[in-house]
Amino acid sequence: MKSITEIQNQIVENFELFEGDMESTLFYLMDLGKKLPPMDEALKTEANIVKGCQSKVWLNAKLEKGKVIFEADSNTEITKGLISLLIQVWNNQTPEDILNSELFFIEKIGMSRMIGGQRSNGFASMIKQMKMYALAFKSMGHGA
Amino acid sequence: MHQSKLNIESIRAEFPVLHQQVNGKPLIYFDNAATTQKPKSVIHAIRHYYEFDNANIHRGIHTLAERATAAFEDTRVSVQQFINSREKEEIIFTKGTTESVNLVASSFAKAFIKAGDEIIISGMEHHSNIVPWQIVCEERGAVLKVIPVLDHGELDMEAYQKLLSAKTKMVACVYVSNALGTINPIKKIIEAAHSVGAKILVDGAQAVAHLDIDVQELDCDFFAFSAHKLYGPTGVGILYGKRELLDAMPPYQSGGEMIKEVRFEGTTYNEIPYKFEAGTPNIADVIGFKSAIDFINNIGKIHIRKYENELLEHCTNGLKNKVTLYGTALQKVAVCSFVIKGMHHFDAGMMLDAKGIAVRTGHHCTQPLMERFGIEGTVRASFAIYNTKEEIDVFLEAVEKLVK
Repeated sequence: MKSITEIQNQIVENFELFEGDMESTLFYLMDLGKKLPPMDEALKTEANIVKGCQSKVWLNAKLEKGKVIFEADSNTEITKGLISLLIQVWNNQTPEDILNSELFFIEKIGMSRMIGGQRSNGFASMIKQMKMYALAFKSMGHGA
Repeated sequence: MHQSKLNIESIRAEFPVLHQQVNGKPLIYFDNAATTQKPKSVIHAIRHYYEFDNANIHRGIHTLAERATAAFEDTRVSVQQFINSREKEEIIFTKGTTESVNLVASSFAKAFIKAGDEIIISGMEHHSNIVPWQIVCEERGAVLKVIPVLDHGELDMEAYQKLLSAKTKMVACVYVSNALGTINPIKKIIEAAHSVGAKILVDGAQAVAHLDIDVQELDCDFFAFSAHKLYGPTGVGILYGKRELLDAMPPYQSGGEMIKEVRFEGTTYNEIPYKFEAGTPNIADVIGFKSAIDFINNIGKIHIRKYENELLEHCTNGLKNKVTLYGTALQKVAVCSFVIKGMHHFDAGMMLDAKGIAVRTGHHCTQPLMERFGIEGTVRASFAIYNTKEEIDVFLEAVEKLVK
């Protein structure tokens, strides 16, 4: 199992091909978005929605054998592409590793505006929500 | 088609912000309905004020205060002439259209709206001309009625006639739709409102940069707009109101400037417009606004409108077989609102930005209108005097690539 840092480095390396060209980066992200495994429709509930002004995100998480499994979807392809990267990075990791990790790949691939202060997309809130899940699983683990 | 004789290159040279690269491509700014860029003259006026004249206005007796006051009041006269109000006292400075609407909703309602009264708005209002009236209705037990929107993005005028009655106390209606570009038949809407004794507020935010405005000829009771949508600074709005109404309305905010005399036993209020201008206003930007009005007057609205119509036609023709256009009214300003099949507007906006093209995406603060058309939002390209057909060609090519 690769570490969170190793996976992020791999992603950054893949995106270096585009040499900072925004259009190619976005086209690639949209392709990744199309390949994101579909989320179980039953999980696309109001409770699982992470709302943004323009794009919305559905997020669900479960703990299996001490590792967190995320499922997510979005109504926009670019956000979906970023979600698929985030899932690559954080899926099958322990809650502790997720909580201790620093997400650096988003900025390095030139998409820092997606995690900035603006409320137009659900992506920034999604990252927070994923960490909240990790925190909840961690405290459950200690309680058991 | 007859070509405009304007020298667009020399107009563009007045706008420093346009001459830059975004994502490695020359900036194409098509988000003018959100805010227009500012010419050098506006930027210089603001800078000059801070460098030479900065002082608080109206109460100072020193030279700087006098210069600042004179420049501030010059803008009021300029606005008066720009929209042809009877007197300059009918021009109130606010921080934007939103505040202008809120001022009327709050003060007019206190004086004139009671339980059971009816307020009519249209189905294509910006949220800022919906929510203040919802609050008025909630607070005063009044009833909100909505003029429906037809398929081409025009108001259902027959339905409007039926909504009007002796119970109607206020009609608050947008002149030009920000999301669709529709120019509403505002004169007819005003006449109909008056025929039942109702007053009318016109949201002119999207109209002022494109259409000639004469508030006396329109005979509207209130007219609201923002400076930043007509090449002026942000943070400056205008509320025009007829004197007899403004005189009869209570103050909106209280504090300095708006008083005549303050005693602990009671306070008397200043005359209009100062009654509605509590506190230190946005002096620098109000002064800068005069330069924006001068800029428009120098070109002439008639030339602006003609040129922008050419841009609108060029863009509409280029888009109409590729995308679904929303807002196909006969009378429109230069706004193209559309949806690309199978592509979320957010993705489209990001992709266009990658090409240096700035458009607005989303519901444009008109969620009920989007619901009316069964969509979440649109991509909106809106044009101004400094845009060109060549820019539209680059945009159309980019859209074409997204449609594929």
